[in-house]
Amino acid sequence: MKPAPFAWCAPATLDEALDLLAGHADAARILAGGQTLGPLLNMRLATPSILIDINGIGELAGLHPDLAGLTIGALTRQSTLEDDPALAALQPLIAMAIPHIAHRAVRNRGTVGGSLAHADPAAEWPALVTLLGAQLLARSKSRGMRLIGADEFFITHLTTALAPDELLCEVRVPPSPPGAGYAVLEFARRHGDFAVAGAMVRLTSDAGGKLTDPRLVLFGTGRRALRARRAEAMLAGASAGTALFAAAAATAATEIDPYDDLHASAEYRRHLAEVLASRALEEALARMNGKRHD
Amino acid sequence: MSLSVLLSVNGVAREVALDDPRVTLLDLLRERLGLTGTKKGCDRGQCGACTVLVDGRRINSCLTLAASCDGARVLTIEGLAEEGALHPVQEAFIAHDGFQCGFCTPGQIMSAVGLILEGHAGDDPERIREGMSGNICRCGAYAGITAAILDAERRLAERNRAEAA
Ligand SMILES: Cc1cc2nc3c(=O)[nH]c(=O)nc-3n(C[C@H](O)[C@H](O)[C@H](O)COP(=O)(O)OP(=O)(O)OC[C@H]3O[C@@H](n4cnc5c(N)ncnc54)[C@H](O)[C@@H]3O)c2cc1C
Ligand code: FES
Ligand code: FES
Repeated sequence: MKPAPFAWCAPATLDEALDLLAGHADAARILAGGQTLGPLLNMRLATPSILIDINGIGELAGLHPDLAGLTIGALTRQSTLEDDPALAALQPLIAMAIPHIAHRAVRNRGTVGGSLAHADPAAEWPALVTLLGAQLLARSKSRGMRLIGADEFFITHLTTALAPDELLCEVRVPPSPPGAGYAVLEFARRHGDFAVAGAMVRLTSDAGGKLTDPRLVLFGTGRRALRARRAEAMLAGASAGTALFAAAAATAATEIDPYDDLHASAEYRRHLAEVLASRALEEALARMNGKRHD
Repeated sequence: MSLSVLLSVNGVAREVALDDPRVTLLDLLRERLGLTGTKKGCDRGQCGACTVLVDGRRINSCLTLAASCDGARVLTIEGLAEEGALHPVQEAFIAHDGFQCGFCTPGQIMSAVGLILEGHAGDDPERIREGMSGNICRCGAYAGITAAILDAERRLAERNRAEAA
């Protein structure tokens, strides 16, 4: 046993969990899959005095598709999404991204909400909700229910807009636009490791073949996943093509704020971002045009 | 604070009193139940040496609190052989030299059993390697491990066909 001592409680309902959070605020940590919190506790980088284990709150898990899109409960495990045969048609980008998240044993425990609340800049979920324009629903006793847009949710490295007494309850993803082509590309040393850098793209076009509302998100390349807005503006209304994609990718690489760490220098991350962005644009285009089905 | 968890471990019901909520499933298996086949490598989810099946799914037991496992069905390397006959994955690891020192092996085997149950990998060695990415082997027995899993899948499929016929 390596963690500092903590008390543990397992509320059976959402209401009980919110009461416990209200009563303990700063001293408490929520335990979801434990795939991030476990190592933090074992290394004593986190020393909460009480863990609120939400694994028994069934109402926080599951997928609910409807006309407004897809609602994903915060306690939904990554592998539940991975194994859902309906996901690829509902939200192709999420289905493509999940296999990149860690290893299967981690995905069997790790949750969507845990990943979002932890806000690792190299993680896939923050990039996904940023690109898809999802809304995050949080609840607390002091503020009631709040819907937070992905753009406002992530503040910086490991920091979100959640208050200490707030529980992230669900993610609301708008429907996938008809005919959209998607791509996720990342570079990691080993399959399942956090990306050194990654890019996600969504392309749609109008009847005349002009790109409409293009989305390009880079992750692992700054303090948070980032929509490359200037690159998107170059693409919007233009006809897709290799020269345009190369120019947009070069612009995107100037919008990020990469860092040096053990795995890569900032300069290398910027290089990767450009290469991955241009390849992801090409791949998304091929899928939009129906030339690629994998 | 005293807690008690009731779980099925390798088919046997076990009730364990926990004097401390910090006990992980790995600590419970090794230190409370004497099941030391499951190994502790990193204690932070990075090596896979502690892989066991919980309710049929592979997980890292070092990152799961024992208290969260009340009511769970746990399968460890000790429970894999049936009536003295090795499980096909165990046999295949021996036949293909899927190990050298053996420290990672219980985790590799439990992870392989989980992978086969998931049914995604098929007979594609690349997908098997991808599916086993969470299990590190310090001795580098990866080639033998992949060959063993391919072979075990074949043996299991044959056994299922024979049983169906
Ligand atoms: C070896 C390894 C490799 C990994 N690789 C990747 C990877 O490539 N990409 C990736 O994205 N992730 C990766 N991860 C992280 C993994 O996906 C984590 O499971 C995930 O980030 C956290 O989810 P969790 O459910 O385990 O959360 P926990 O560990 O339980 O919690 C994480 C944090 O979020 C808080 N929290 C949890 N749920 C809520 C909630 N509902 N409301 C408010 N706060 C909450 C907790 O208090 C804690 O601070 C990896 C992990 C490991 C061990
Ligand atoms: S000991 Fe659990 S993953 Fe290494
Ligand atoms: S056999 Fe030695 S670590 Fe794998």
